[in-house]
Amino acid sequence: MKGRAFWASIVAVLVAGLILTQVVSNEYYFNALYVILQGAIMAVAWNVLGGFTGYVNFGSAGFFAVGAYTSIALGKTFGQSLPLPVMIATAAVVCGLIGLGLGYLTLRLKGVYFSIATLAMAIVFETLMNNWPFVGGARGAYILTPDSHLWFNSYIEMLFMVMLLLTLGSVAVSRALNASRLGRGLAAIRDDEVAAECAGVPTLRLKLISATLMGAMMGVAGAPYPYFVTFVDPASAFSLFVAVNAIAMPMIGGTAHWIGPVIGALLVGTAQQVITVTVSSELNVLVVGVMLVLFITLAPQGIVGLAQKYLARRAR
Amino acid sequence: MNAPVLQVDNVTKRFGGFLALQNVELHVNAGERLGLIGPNGSGKTTLINCISGALFNDEGSIVFEGHDITRMPAHRRARLGVARSFQIPKPFRSMSVLENLRIPLEYAARSRAEHRSVTDEAMEVLEQIGLKPRAHENSAGLTQVDMRKLELARALAAKPRLLVSDEAMAGLSSSEVDEILEILLALNRRGVAVIMIEHIMRAVMRFSERVVVLDAGQKIAEGTPAEIVRNPQVERAYLGE
Repeated sequence: MKGRAFWASIVAVLVAGLILTQVVSNEYYFNALYVILQGAIMAVAWNVLGGFTGYVNFGSAGFFAVGAYTSIALGKTFGQSLPLPVMIATAAVVCGLIGLGLGYLTLRLKGVYFSIATLAMAIVFETLMNNWPFVGGARGAYILTPDSHLWFNSYIEMLFMVMLLLTLGSVAVSRALNASRLGRGLAAIRDDEVAAECAGVPTLRLKLISATLMGAMMGVAGAPYPYFVTFVDPASAFSLFVAVNAIAMPMIGGTAHWIGPVIGALLVGTAQQVITVTVSSELNVLVVGVMLVLFITLAPQGIVGLAQKYLARRAR
Repeated sequence: MNAPVLQVDNVTKRFGGFLALQNVELHVNAGERLGLIGPNGSGKTTLINCISGALFNDEGSIVFEGHDITRMPAHRRARLGVARSFQIPKPFRSMSVLENLRIPLEYAARSRAEHRSVTDEAMEVLEQIGLKPRAHENSAGLTQVDMRKLELARALAAKPRLLVSDEAMAGLSSSEVDEILEILLALNRRGVAVIMIEHIMRAVMRFSERVVVLDAGQKIAEGTPAEIVRNPQVERAYLGE
């Protein structure tokens, strides 16, 4: 997608979102869209390290939950009136630093060992939150949604627009990264780390940048979560489902291209919402599983890979 | 004689209790063609891993153009001008041949590059190597000989002062060996010093101005190709008593 077309579609989506808040009054739709957009940010974030750099992270839920708990801790310390952007920015910094620290400790590990370390990290943070009474400990914390919701009709409509902005922002960052010199360095690391190093790529530094960015974006996705659900406990915030979705969505969409996780998130997220409402809320977990198995066996490059193959065949 | 571009002194490398390199001394003069030979397991690849920075030697020092690079990470050595090709080709598989060259051009050669379009420079390198018709093909689908050429092209794109070629010809046919040899000679004519590791004696003897022989982690002989073939110690290392 060329630069102008990309920014035009970003603006178009934003305007469509604003129109939606004026036209649709049923709050369910904003709830559903919020969940889909949250999945999209997580997927885009996971893809920065998992897709572009080739390091599979199983601990996404850890970053997400720490983002959410950052908001709770800030709310408890400074009062719930603290503006949401401040909480989101703080969560980005906190989770970015955790990404950097995790990267520094574990990015020398290869393949599955790195993945196991990320899983362990999520468990460490869950244990910490379980034992930190200030943010509710294992009993969880209630959050009162603030009264003010700017010019929107309801708080959820505002949260939806916040999430839409964050999603578009993450997509723009991911796209810029994909096309940059930095992004090409990351791709070289994914393809062959030793060869990349010998071609002058500072592999450790690039991996740290990638892990930091991934952490920050996941923190951003988690920060508004307490205001969305109004009750957060470690079991729900650190849910395996968050981590599985963050992996499944890019895998299904395609990991090498920035648009892959976006497509995957829209597809899987929408399917989950539809199935939750029409069939059962338990079945949607099964659907992700089945889709993931089908794509990994039949189309390992995801939907983007399928499209590229089709276009290449037509060009010939 | 010019000052050496590379000076390796007393380099020792252990893997646990195994002594892979023992007090190896090696120097390469500016623009020189050096052959490095030795039986399997003699430490050739370990030595060039220490030179390129893939491994750190336990003792001794490595100096490149006046910089002590002994503890320098590989990517900084690449920026200084040490390039290598790999015995088993390691292309960036998700990229086209052209994109493969962008990486060293944008990273290793960036500080020393003339300010021109990266694509133009990459095309120029591909032209020299003879890979231009393959520029937009996927690198994972290349034939063996083209894969070897891509290895050399990528090393070349880093604008090296010293190129270490690790068995770039193993398993190639006789005419393909000549092709690769010609590429290395042309590169050398442009002033790049080359260390060639090779088992194909015909190629080593034709290419090298000087040959160093390793056996069991030690340097056992050094001299012109003609001297080396007559050296009884070398004969013993290869054929036994």
